[in-house]
Amino acid sequence: MTEMPAVPHSSPRSETRTAKELRQYIEFRSVGKSYGPVDILKDFSLNIAKGQRVSLIGPSGSGKTTILRILMTLESIQSGSVWIDGKPLWHEVRGDQLHPASEKYLHERRRRLGMVFQSFNLFPHLTVLENITQPQRLNLKRPRRDAEDRAMELLEMVGLAHKARAWPEELSGGQKQRVAIARTLGMDPEILLFDEITSALDPELVDEVLNVLRRLSERPDLTMLLVTHEMSFAREFSDRVIFMESGKIIEDAPPERLFVNPAQERTRQFLRKILPHTR
Amino acid sequence: MEKFLSYVPLLIEGLKVTLAIFTCALVVATLFAIVAGTVRFSGSRWLSRPVAALVEFFRGTSCFVQLFWCFYALPLFGLTLTPFMTSVIVLGLNVGSFGSEVVRGALEAVPKGQIEAARALNYSPLKSFLHILMPQAMRIAIRPAANLMVDLLKLTPLTSLVTVNELTRNAMVMRNQTGSTLGTLLCIFAVYFLLSSLIYFVMNRLEVHFIHRKAVRAASTRVAA
Repeated sequence: MTEMPAVPHSSPRSETRTAKELRQYIEFRSVGKSYGPVDILKDFSLNIAKGQRVSLIGPSGSGKTTILRILMTLESIQSGSVWIDGKPLWHEVRGDQLHPASEKYLHERRRRLGMVFQSFNLFPHLTVLENITQPQRLNLKRPRRDAEDRAMELLEMVGLAHKARAWPEELSGGQKQRVAIARTLGMDPEILLFDEITSALDPELVDEVLNVLRRLSERPDLTMLLVTHEMSFAREFSDRVIFMESGKIIEDAPPERLFVNPAQERTRQFLRKILPHTR
Repeated sequence: MEKFLSYVPLLIEGLKVTLAIFTCALVVATLFAIVAGTVRFSGSRWLSRPVAALVEFFRGTSCFVQLFWCFYALPLFGLTLTPFMTSVIVLGLNVGSFGSEVVRGALEAVPKGQIEAARALNYSPLKSFLHILMPQAMRIAIRPAANLMVDLLKLTPLTSLVTVNELTRNAMVMRNQTGSTLGTLLCIFAVYFLLSSLIYFVMNRLEVHFIHRKAVRAASTRVAA
């Protein structure tokens, strides 16, 4: 029953995949999500191709973060469906019907996803090294030695190998966030979700975190979704920018078009407010 | 004075019984506090309600009455317990009920982001509880737990009401027979005070071990830098 999830670039099926299938690596199909009477997403649809780097921008309360949280299975959906690599995320297929997913199924589907939070959420009772090794050892069943090797390799990448034995509270915000990124990468996700990861940082610490993302953008196998208020970084980093408001996509375009010459008046207004020095 | 000294073995006997009740009741209280606190934290309605009723019963009625009831009334329903058993169960559940609220509060004090991060790193709910929530909640619970342990110690004299020959009861025997009220009372004052101090000392060490270990390290690296 536990069919290994197909990895497009290595599976024999990948040759026969149509461009359309690849476009639908992540797919929201008419998703509805509300908190009580408040609709967060209504009949929301979105397709993201494998390897794409997508920035979600828009005013607060527009539903950007909810999209990431639904993908990470932190928020459930009330209607519609979400698909990742041809399989539903929140449902199990039995026959040709979709049934609500069990915790076991979600556990299996979550393996492909990783999320980095605005507030870091490092585990304060574990050292930096243990923060990165414990999830690998418990949830990937990776032997201690392998998990530590992988952790040190990742700490090296984020420039914090010398902090392996430190406690989270001894780190600056930027360092904490870099450890949190390393911890997420330790689980070998294919889809990375970044939820306003620099919003809680002092301005001079933002760049050290964004530099880690710049390095990650060299890996074409990673699909990345970024909710951000750093417009200049979104412009440089992503191949696609989505401007949202009130749970709807207002504009969806490559960054050079959306930032320079947006088609929608609403996008223009938002950018004018957030980038006051540009026209 | 000689007569006074001849009663010391009686006091030591009493102290042994007090410590035995304290230790056994502490085990009962700890287990009950963790189980009941976790159930009420989990919010499962079927389990929560009966546990809440039990906790509120033990918190809301006096330990004195509970001891009496268990020892003198339960036999009428065909359940007879020894004085020692009665004391261990009643003191354990009484203090454990207060402890369950400490455990629940500590679990609720762990930031929600910790559970979300654990879920995002694919911890199962059980692993998230055991490896992320519980260790952090325990650090929060140490200090209130120390207070409850001292409360438990101070409840042990009540067990003399159900004929347990613990320290205070034996001291009263000694006072009657020697006529030395001042000496006897000073003596048990000192013993209870030392025992409470020992509890606080041990719990403080535990807290230092879990929490300040890091602060001390952080401070020393700051000095070095």
